[in-house]
Amino acid sequence: MGDLPPYPERPPQQPPDRRTSQASQRQYSRDQVQPLAADPEEGQQIAPDAQRNAPGWSQRGSLSQQESLLMPRAFQAEEARIGSMEYPSMNTGFPLEFQPQPYSDESRIQAAEVTTSLMQRLQQGQSSLFQQLDSTFPEPPVNPLDPFNLYQTDQFSEGAQHGPYIRDDPALQFSPSELGFPHYSAEVPEPEPLELAVQNAKAYLLQTSISCDLSLYEHLVNLLTKILNQRPEDPLSVLESLNRTTQWEWFHPKLDTLRDEPEMQPTYEMAEKQKALFTRSGGGAEGEQEMEEEVGETPVPNIMETAFYFEQAGVGLSSDESFRIFLAMKQLAEQQPIHTCRFWGKILGMNRSYLVAEVEFREGEEEAEEEEVEEMTEGGEVMEAHGEEEGEEDEEKTVDIIPKPVWKPPPVIPKEESRSGANKYLYFVCNEPGLPWTRLPHVTPAQIVNARKIKKFFTGYLDAPVVSYPPFPGNEANYLRAQIARISAATQVSPLGFYQFSEEEGDEEEEGGAGRDSYEENPDFEGIPVLELVDSMANWVHHTQHILPQGRCTWVNPLQKTEEEEDLGEEEEKADEGPEEVEQEVGPPLLTPLSEDAEIMHLAPWTTRLSCSLCPQYSVAVVRSNLWPGAYAYASGKKFENIYIGWGHKYSPENFNPALPAPIQQEYPSGPEIMEMSDPTVEEEQALKAAQEQALGATEEEEEGEEEEEGEETDD
Amino acid sequence: MDADSLLLSLELASGSGQGLSPDRRASLLTSLMLVKRDYRYDRVLFWGRILGLVADYYIAQGLSEDQLAPRKTLYSLNCTEWSLLPPATEEMVAQSSVVKGRFMGDPSYEYEHTELQKVNEGDKVFEEEIVIDKAVAIIPRGALFKTPFGPTHVNRTFEGLSLSEAKKLSSYFHFREPVELKNKTLLEKADLDPSLDFMDSLEHDIPKGSWSIQMERGNALVVLRSLLWPGLTFYHAPRTKHYGYIYVGTGEKNMDLPFML
Repeated sequence: MGDLPPYPERPPQQPPDRRTSQASQRQYSRDQVQPLAADPEEGQQIAPDAQRNAPGWSQRGSLSQQESLLMPRAFQAEEARIGSMEYPSMNTGFPLEFQPQPYSDESRIQAAEVTTSLMQRLQQGQSSLFQQLDSTFPEPPVNPLDPFNLYQTDQFSEGAQHGPYIRDDPALQFSPSELGFPHYSAEVPEPEPLELAVQNAKAYLLQTSISCDLSLYEHLVNLLTKILNQRPEDPLSVLESLNRTTQWEWFHPKLDTLRDEPEMQPTYEMAEKQKALFTRSGGGAEGEQEMEEEVGETPVPNIMETAFYFEQAGVGLSSDESFRIFLAMKQLAEQQPIHTCRFWGKILGMNRSYLVAEVEFREGEEEAEEEEVEEMTEGGEVMEAHGEEEGEEDEEKTVDIIPKPVWKPPPVIPKEESRSGANKYLYFVCNEPGLPWTRLPHVTPAQIVNARKIKKFFTGYLDAPVVSYPPFPGNEANYLRAQIARISAATQVSPLGFYQFSEEEGDEEEEGGAGRDSYEENPDFEGIPVLELVDSMANWVHHTQHILPQGRCTWVNPLQKTEEEEDLGEEEEKADEGPEEVEQEVGPPLLTPLSEDAEIMHLAPWTTRLSCSLCPQYSVAVVRSNLWPGAYAYASGKKFENIYIGWGHKYSPENFNPALPAPIQQEYPSGPEIMEMSDPTVEEEQALKAAQEQALGATEEEEEGEEEEEGEETDD
Repeated sequence: MDADSLLLSLELASGSGQGLSPDRRASLLTSLMLVKRDYRYDRVLFWGRILGLVADYYIAQGLSEDQLAPRKTLYSLNCTEWSLLPPATEEMVAQSSVVKGRFMGDPSYEYEHTELQKVNEGDKVFEEEIVIDKAVAIIPRGALFKTPFGPTHVNRTFEGLSLSEAKKLSSYFHFREPVELKNKTLLEKADLDPSLDFMDSLEHDIPKGSWSIQMERGNALVVLRSLLWPGLTFYHAPRTKHYGYIYVGTGEKNMDLPFML
């Protein structure tokens, strides 16, 4: 079989009136011309070995029965009619039937040979074939079409040579059916080349795909079963999607009704946690009493209202997310002793984001944790002091005094007390509503100073290290807290007049010129018309303290020493007290209007908008920061609010310039005392030794000479 | 994002904090419908919003049958009247890339550049939009398929990525003509499906790590944000057909990205 005949189009059991679906299935098989090359080889490998063929046959046998079950009786009857029509014609002039074949007569001659050999083989192997067939496939369900099937297996040849492939041509009136020619005939007919072609086609279809155990045949069977069961309208147009669905279903059988899919596990867990948010605390039995209690005041603000106003401005999270945040904050309020709280905003991170709540504890509540922290640091200092003392003792003992380093670490600027300055509020963060809230530590001035020098994305994990130069003193929780402090100081604004200074302020001089740091709400605030708010930046003021370059809001002279330090370091530091004067740092006082803010290059630092230009009477004034992109504030009537949603970084029109590494430290000045000299080499040492010995020997000889003389004299 | 599913898309993309106010949404719905009719587009995408100092630009794109053909860009200042942005030449691209800074919000504003060239803001908006679009417009794998005849079609049987696929960068492609595909080795190409994998995937973007993948809403939504062009948000609800991207930002590239990672 030298020639590679084109693949025969033998779609199974389709009567000619279903031509359209035939055509589409033809397309399937046409696309698969490639595997054809495998076929002839397969055919040749199917040696006349009944045993090897048996499984193939049995498969075919069982499947053919499947098909028979599929086909409604009417079609089969029709096919029977057709089959019977063609059968006699096949018997007589079968070469004529193969007209559409493009190939030569050679194959026809081969076919003739094949039939004769088949006949012989059939008579030989028939009985054995039956036995094998019986054993290899399970008992088929009894159905009236059995005789047809058996008849068919009679005719199957174990042909080593696969016969000619018949190209499916709609012009041909017969439809080859897998059921063969259910023609009851007593005689054993000649095995037809047509049937052979059919069998070969079926064998091809039955070969399993490389990537799975599914064969095209089974897939088409499933697909058609599905179509016939579901009877969709216009099946041709949905054929592709049905195809995909069938394939998908084959590989994803719903085996397990009890276990959940492993992929969806985190989703379900999260949903459970969020569901817990929605349940009321205390259970439902005390419903009525609880209603009365809950209508009272909660420290949690009306987040939904704020979200609504921000939505008018085009800012903010979706409403269901806002509601979940509200519930989460309510949960926080129940867990912690909170006096007031506010939703500060959301900081986006690379792997997870942070939801930040700004919280103020009730009086006296938070000191417990503060004391623990202070004890730790004090313990550290005491240890260091001991170390210094020991060092001094050692130094006195050794002969060579190690030169003492001149460098002293810069004095640590103490962090601000809680409830004041940058640490005025406490911040809690969580990654998603429903997850537990984590408290952020207070911020130290050193952290703020360093945070100004670096620019890093947040990863979403609070304990992640911040790798940067200059090295940031802390982990991501500290960096986050520092950025929150900076953003709050720069972008928390309110309409002019909402806050006023309380009347009990002392003189400014007493506080060292640091300015007032407390304010209270103005009960007489009337609200500024929205248009005026939008027109002029002077109508908005900052109500958080500006952070000085030092890192604090109130200035502290770093050279002032506490008593402890003076006791420890008297000797060392006396020499170093030079005229180091540090200038007091001053920042803009509280409640400065926004019009005084510095410009970024030549850009205004704030942009104002009306939320809706089409209905100015009901709009809301929105202010957007250009310095910290993501910071928004709205005001309408007597209400206002701030929010920040963004990455947590400042905007700079120029590129970020990282700090350069420090200059190389100077080596110790070299003088004659520590001048390095090379060690004498071995030769030099030996030469020196020899010279010394000579000199010594010379003196000894003289002495010996004298002694000998004396000795000789005495001897005599 | 598709103009047809605008409301749902805005809801899903709201995790980044910036969206649209209700009046804008309403006007977008109507005006984009009219744009689709007038310009005979097959699909209209609302691309996003570029924040300017005085006013914001709203940008939409119109697509023809072939999804990968060059898209037409329209801009508007008030979401009701849309104008086509003029196609740009190479010179204009080069010029506007030099001018840095924020957008003003006035299309007739002229930037002065040191070489005494004036760059029109309208052109600059267009250039930025093109640049950003080429860089960061994303499509999940399987949403488009390519027929052997050439044009790319929307895949109507796209049922969404599975959860495990959705967390990988390799399941997302750049929504533009492929640039790096031909540089792949034969071995890599052998694993690709030519009808689905005909665009560049996000895996090999430089700098590495310029995309942040997150699950929001308790794993029911996967959000990709670009760190190189902050403001670009892509969302996809796994196992569903909903996906889309929106850009809300200042239109500036984050040149400090390598320091920030």
